[in-house]
Amino acid sequence: MSDAPVFADGLDEIAQEFLVESYENLDELDRALVALEKEPNSRPLLASIFRTIHTIKGTSGFLAFNGLERVTHVGENVLSRLRDGHLELTPEIATVLLQMVDVVRALLGTIEQTGAEGDVDTAAVEAALARVLDPQAAPAEPEAAAPAPAEDAPVLDDTDAADGAADEADGPAELLAKPDVEEETPVQQVLEKAPVAPAAPAPAAVEHVDAPAHPEEGEQRRSIADSSIRVDVGLLDQLMRMVGELVLTRNQVVQYTADLQNVELQRASQRLNLIASELQEGVMKTRMQPIEGVWSRLPRVVRDLGAQCGKQVKLVMEGRETELDRTLLEAVKDPLTHLVRNAVDHGLETPADRVAAGKPAEGTLTLKAYHESGQVVVEVSDDGRGMDPVRIGNKAVDNGLVSREQLGRMAEREVLDLIFRPGFSTAEQVTNVSGRGVGMDVVRTNIEKIGGSVDIQSVLGEGSTVRVRIPLTLAIIPALVVRQGGEMYCIPQVSLLELVRIEGESEGVGPQIEHVAGAPVHRLRGNLLPLVFLSEQLELARESREALNIVVLQSEGTQFGLVVEDVVDTQEIVVRPLSRQIKHVEGFAGATITGDGRVALILDIAGLSQRAKAVGGSLSAMSIEEQLSSEDWDANGLLVCRVGEDRRVALPMGDIARLEEFSDGDIEHAGDTQVVQYRGELMKLVHVGSLLGLAGQMHADRYSVVVHRHDGEQPLGFVVEEILDVIEQELQLSDVGTRGGLQGSAVLQGFVTDIVDIPALVAAARGGMYV
Amino acid sequence: MSELSQLAQLCTFTVDDLYLGVDVTEVQEVIRYQAMTVVPLAPPVVRGLINLRGQIVTALDLRSMLGLPEASSDELPVNVVIRDGADEAVSLLVDQIGDVVDVDEIAFEDVPPTLTGPARELVLGAYKLPGRLLLVLDTRKVQDVHLRGLAAASA
Repeated sequence: MSDAPVFADGLDEIAQEFLVESYENLDELDRALVALEKEPNSRPLLASIFRTIHTIKGTSGFLAFNGLERVTHVGENVLSRLRDGHLELTPEIATVLLQMVDVVRALLGTIEQTGAEGDVDTAAVEAALARVLDPQAAPAEPEAAAPAPAEDAPVLDDTDAADGAADEADGPAELLAKPDVEEETPVQQVLEKAPVAPAAPAPAAVEHVDAPAHPEEGEQRRSIADSSIRVDVGLLDQLMRMVGELVLTRNQVVQYTADLQNVELQRASQRLNLIASELQEGVMKTRMQPIEGVWSRLPRVVRDLGAQCGKQVKLVMEGRETELDRTLLEAVKDPLTHLVRNAVDHGLETPADRVAAGKPAEGTLTLKAYHESGQVVVEVSDDGRGMDPVRIGNKAVDNGLVSREQLGRMAEREVLDLIFRPGFSTAEQVTNVSGRGVGMDVVRTNIEKIGGSVDIQSVLGEGSTVRVRIPLTLAIIPALVVRQGGEMYCIPQVSLLELVRIEGESEGVGPQIEHVAGAPVHRLRGNLLPLVFLSEQLELARESREALNIVVLQSEGTQFGLVVEDVVDTQEIVVRPLSRQIKHVEGFAGATITGDGRVALILDIAGLSQRAKAVGGSLSAMSIEEQLSSEDWDANGLLVCRVGEDRRVALPMGDIARLEEFSDGDIEHAGDTQVVQYRGELMKLVHVGSLLGLAGQMHADRYSVVVHRHDGEQPLGFVVEEILDVIEQELQLSDVGTRGGLQGSAVLQGFVTDIVDIPALVAAARGGMYV
Repeated sequence: MSELSQLAQLCTFTVDDLYLGVDVTEVQEVIRYQAMTVVPLAPPVVRGLINLRGQIVTALDLRSMLGLPEASSDELPVNVVIRDGADEAVSLLVDQIGDVVDVDEIAFEDVPPTLTGPARELVLGAYKLPGRLLLVLDTRKVQDVHLRGLAAASA
């Protein structure tokens, strides 16, 4: 037996589940059959017994356990007769049914140990069941017992194709070699006795069958039924919660004992630390399931879809044993299926195209799952045509997602990212597979909902890879703890990109916060990062701005910087729901208890970015430039700027091309004029303040420049102190304070604002003289 | 109401000059004032969150809920922690905790007409005790105060 494959290694998971389930069902069956004898006409009992046997039959057929299938098949026939009232349950029939249960049990036992049915004799019980169905077929009951096995032997040969004819020949030889054959003897004995003494042997049979098997099981492994139990998911959730609490308490204990000098206490706390971690891991494992559960239906999806699209697809799955939390597993099911469908439909080419491109006709779709830095990564890659950034870009413009101009500024990666925008579709025509323009955005939304992320890589002509990152579990998450207004707030680390700390302006770094169209932004490595102030979002007092702590976050494809008072620590936290009194409060996703025992709120990053958008109007730098370039604004849009100390001026947007910023170092002097190199041209800079005769600061570290360009003339840069906002407003000009270069004044946003006369200003600048 | 006298026990407390009570079976515990975490943007009746041995409990300000002025004295309020069916608990911040009082159902009356304002909605009725009136809080309505707030805001 030592060389025989042991169950767990020899059988796959389906068979394992089948065994566990069948053992449970058999116990139930025993009880039901005995109960049935007391009330032979109970329909519900019969129906339940029938179902059980039917299930075993179905699965055993599927798993190619032919003996098991045969026995249960005949048994099922008997049961259906009983159920339909064609047959009356007699003690004899009950006995035969119980025998059938025993034989099924014996077969399952052998399957569990050896991975195969072995040679448990099924013929006798099959014959007995057949006789119940058709008493005429067997002439006399007492004689039936002996000839039965012989009669049925050919049947065994016929159906048991795998073992073939060798079965009979091997029988005697294996009797010596294989210990499990011992089982055969008692079964046969019992069965042969059965028709003679109907009622009595049934319980005995159980013992006979089981007895020889037990010693081996003890040595080999626990039987399946004993080694796994079914546990209510609610209980597991509760355990998980309690372990979470334990972990938090542990954190507190460890924190406090670190300050004490007591060596014993420190030792104990370290031990507690270790045990709690292991316990946490163990409990988390109980909720883990291999991703295979989700993948198992994909081969079928790929096959059907391949056939439908006329594509040949080879599906490769790697890392199917990778485990993740069952709730997450449920959540990624649909997004993954969608990605796979997309890959087959959009990614892979038709066989003809593939051959033409020098690839094998059969496309390969690879699913890969692995653990990486506390997350599960699932990759869906194909070796198809890859994504064409040009085509995607054009499509995005057609779909009205971006303007041409925006597209021109986008990096390739950003262009590919467009497919995650709502309303994007590249399908030339709508099929029932894809092309309805809902899809990738839903995939991203669903993945982000569970704290994951999706990104895409593609090489034109070589294929694409979509990488989905999912947290291992939702119950305990790593978080960044920040402080604002004396309270701690937690930010889930999945949204965290980086931390930026900028010391005050006294260091000479220049202005850290700029305003584009009224929205605060920070220039981070050349990109404009929209800023959101936590103090404003939570309607708290503003922190002092000696230094700026920016937490760079990403949510729903948008990056933004959250300005907080202080960054404190990182911690593992247990997410707890908010009570119903505060559930509706925006900005929070939950609460937790931090290491020091205080309650801290968990910030809802997705919500904050939404809220920031609503408050700040146009959050992304992209959308600000969009405003500048859009035609609507040309009509009567006004760019509000600050010049000098506190003067507000508004520039009609007519010929304003861009907003730029230059540092002192960029500025060169040609004669007494300041110029900068701008897109391969020299651009003259004019200080709006001094041009208007206002006190303007001529020297700064950074210059906000409004680029003016009229019909292919040389660009002109108007230097202002600060760009405040873009507004659209009918002008009610007043003559008050009219000067050269000004159209007049107006009240904009509650401030008196001078409206700049751009043509006059341009003329003045070009002429090099003041108006 | 049954003619037989039914005894109930009420946990009593005072808020401003109101003498209030809730059934003892609804009270999880009474604890002294705890430092709490403020919830920005929350309705004003939500004073904050407290950590009650690992349980996060929302503290509701009964004064503000009943439309009473803020406490003038420096004395800290007391937490009366009320159990909620849904595995949640809320704490009612009261001025002072009183005794547990045995009351007879026979002495129960509807809300006195003299009681006006928000308090009227949050009180089930009153017990006439010798010398004073004990108002029984409707704990369910008290816990759903956020709904009231929303309704008022949208109205």
